Amino acid sequence: MSISRREALKRIGASGALVGGASLATALLYDRGGLDLEKSKQTPQTRDYRLGDAGPSLAIARNDTDAAALTRKAVDALGGMKRFISRGDIVVVKPNIGWDRAPIHAANTNPLVVAEVVKMAYDAGAKNVIVTDASCNEAVRCFERSGIWRACYELGAEVVFPIEAKFKKMRLKGEVLDEWPVYSTLINADKIINVPVAKHHNLAGYTGAMKNWYGAIGGRRNRLHQNIDVSIADLATFMQPTLTVLDAVRVLTRNGPQGGNIADARDMYIVAASTDQVAVDAWGCTLLGRTAADIPYIGMGAERHLGTLDYASLSPIEV
Amino acid sequence: MLQKLVATTKAFIAGKRSKQRPGSGIPARPVIRGLVWARRASQIGFLALFLYLLFNTGFRGSFSGQTGDIRPELPVEGFLLANPYLALMTALATKTVYRGLAWSLGLLALTLIVGRVFCGWVCPFGTLHHFFSWIFPSRYLKGTKRVEQNKTHPVRQRVKYYILIGSLGAALTGSAIGGLFDPICVAVRAIGLGVMPAGQYIVGRGSDLAFDSGSLTAQHAADATTDMLASYVWQNQQFYFHQTWFIVAFLAGILFMNRFIPRFWCRVLCPLGALLGVFAKFALFGMEKDHKKCTDCNLCLVHCQGADNPQGGVKWRQDECHMCMNCESACPEDVIKFKFLPQRASTQPAIDLKLRTGLASVVTGAALIPAARIADVIDANYDHRVIRPPGSVEEREFLERCIRCAECMKVCPTNALHPAWFEAGLEGLWTPILVPRIGYCQHSCVLCGQVCPTGAIQKITEKQKLGIDQKPISIGTAFFDQGRCLPWSMGTPCIVCEEFCPTSPKAIWTEELDVPKRSATPGPDGTEPPMTKVRVKRPYVDPSLCIGCGACEKVCPVQDKPAVYVTSVGETRSKSNIILLENTSYTQG
Repeated sequence: MSISRREALKRIGASGALVGGASLATALLYDRGGLDLEKSKQTPQTRDYRLGDAGPSLAIARNDTDAAALTRKAVDALGGMKRFISRGDIVVVKPNIGWDRAPIHAANTNPLVVAEVVKMAYDAGAKNVIVTDASCNEAVRCFERSGIWRACYELGAEVVFPIEAKFKKMRLKGEVLDEWPVYSTLINADKIINVPVAKHHNLAGYTGAMKNWYGAIGGRRNRLHQNIDVSIADLATFMQPTLTVLDAVRVLTRNGPQGGNIADARDMYIVAASTDQVAVDAWGCTLLGRTAADIPYIGMGAERHLGTLDYASLSPIEV
Repeated sequence: MLQKLVATTKAFIAGKRSKQRPGSGIPARPVIRGLVWARRASQIGFLALFLYLLFNTGFRGSFSGQTGDIRPELPVEGFLLANPYLALMTALATKTVYRGLAWSLGLLALTLIVGRVFCGWVCPFGTLHHFFSWIFPSRYLKGTKRVEQNKTHPVRQRVKYYILIGSLGAALTGSAIGGLFDPICVAVRAIGLGVMPAGQYIVGRGSDLAFDSGSLTAQHAADATTDMLASYVWQNQQFYFHQTWFIVAFLAGILFMNRFIPRFWCRVLCPLGALLGVFAKFALFGMEKDHKKCTDCNLCLVHCQGADNPQGGVKWRQDECHMCMNCESACPEDVIKFKFLPQRASTQPAIDLKLRTGLASVVTGAALIPAARIADVIDANYDHRVIRPPGSVEEREFLERCIRCAECMKVCPTNALHPAWFEAGLEGLWTPILVPRIGYCQHSCVLCGQVCPTGAIQKITEKQKLGIDQKPISIGTAFFDQGRCLPWSMGTPCIVCEEFCPTSPKAIWTEELDVPKRSATPGPDGTEPPMTKVRVKRPYVDPSLCIGCGACEKVCPVQDKPAVYVTSVGETRSKSNIILLENTSYTQG
């Protein structure tokens, strides 16, 4: 017995519709291939948080053994925190919290220096102060053992851990750095205060302000060492902070960047504050008995007009 | 309307459900109905506690450890310490009861008073099975079919006793391999190493989608969600576990068995349930049955968890009963009564086991160990990938103690510890090994030993590990693959390995020199590219300083097969798996 005409039409219609639908989907989704599809459509970006005002731009505080007092003196010499922070600002403080080391090892920024910066920012009227870094070792351990977490938490600062999900791909305007995952917390602020520690680094020689921006990116940072000087210059080009407070209260003079032996570090009791991250590094490397000429990335920073090598020309205020 | 409501309320107060109970409709005693609800609350509470402890088996940081040693804030391994199966197994293997395992006496005492209350009220894994045996079967295991499955099936229910006996046999000859079947170990392993990382992965991809969508609301919601989950459930970064798929497949398989046999795991496989069953025989609290009153309505069987013969006409299997109280609560005829010091007339006197099969199980378990060890994995041809956590005891003793509970892998803040597949032999399945490419051993961290319930990883201090005033604890040694190393063979500066080396002085040292490098572009008229000189630092390892932490291997930029790698040789715990003569001391320990 043959099937009805209606039934036959229904079946033919159904298979026809399926073939048509599949063909349409294929046509819409057809992959034209090529290797450049992944390329970012973003334009290269930088972040410049500088004020560009005419005040003094470098101050060096000595002659005190109290890290907090040194920090306050240095910032006050530049005109105080009110010069940099406006009422209601969201301020990100970026110390070096790279390593699972205690303050005595001087591998991370001194917690007292960071705390004083946080306090001054709040006093200047900041709405919220965020303290964070993308650590090298396991972050929670670094935040805990560096003492920075506790010191800043007690002042009411928001201490943010670097969660993997917060790193978003961005194109940097770099010579070797193009598309990298950037730590979004650092680039969503009104003002940024860089609070690095001056220390020895086996490959770069000396590190301080400019190298601290390693903590602004994620991803495979271990590649950067192959061209460490250009990488640091690229990152410093990307990030220009409002203010840099360089901690040299206790300085790691060998076995850098992470040290681990108390004998590797030496007390110097100095804090410098500057609006010029190149100048502060050009001065900072002299603490380790070097000059800017020995540290290629500092020269590159000057060539790119990020700051000046001749820190003496800024007539540093000694307090 | 109002009258009806009043009537229902009165009936409820009088202990009657609005639905008419079948048969004589005699209501269950209020105390029993209360106990059933108490049991449900207890099951949910203990499952929540288990998950809470599991979520906190990790490093969240606190201000307390800033100066001293860093410890977990909670007794996260508590469920394992209360476990008499693990205590007995490791006691047979090591002839000692390790520290916290003495808590398991408490669970034994509880069982001797009220039977296998642990299985029905406490065990988080049992609760999972209870739940899945309720939702999985749908219409395929209802009514008569469910009644049939809930009758005692002696053959299949004996299996768990044979697993218990076999694993105790293996313990006697030196392996705690029975941990593969311990319910708490299975739960920690499968949820901690499989389900949670998978959940994190899915949330991560969801968050990516939210960011790609461009909607600010979606981005804020995704940010808040990932923050919250990272602070309370998992960690800041995605965790991965070596070959964990089989651990999850095992969990999925036994959960799925609930579709065919309710609480399959608890009735058929669980060696902890079997051990508690042995003690439950002596429990003071138990069931009395009045067989004459039973009308064979089988309501007790519909709700039975342990398949322990609650119905009239047969003897109750006290060793199988989970003490869930469902049977008495369901019985409409006043047949079943739970009470202290009951008549034993309707209780089966002995555990139903075949002597010969029992003996065969002991022999099989005991024979497994020589069989595994004549395979060439421990005494000869020790595998270089078996890098044990810091503070681990010597390999043979390690296998006597390690119950594969995965606490150490779960707690490791750097995702360095992983369940071994067959690297450590069949006998070493799911024991912890360090996979430096995924994560390295954080220099000052001793969390794995803190949570190890059996002492396979000893509770070492930071001072011992770091080697302050003593020799540091080494878990292996690093080696350079010079053909792949950038400064060694490609004229390119690098030494990230040296930067991350945590010892002081560093175990990785460098030699600075000028090496030839050929330019990448050819000379004029297509001549050979010109030669230049590049200043590089070439790294070397000092084996007397290297602690095998694997930081160098983790950070090596040669992505697929790193130019520096760690193997187990030089580990402090071994007298034979070493390199240097100065560490070869047969007089020590």
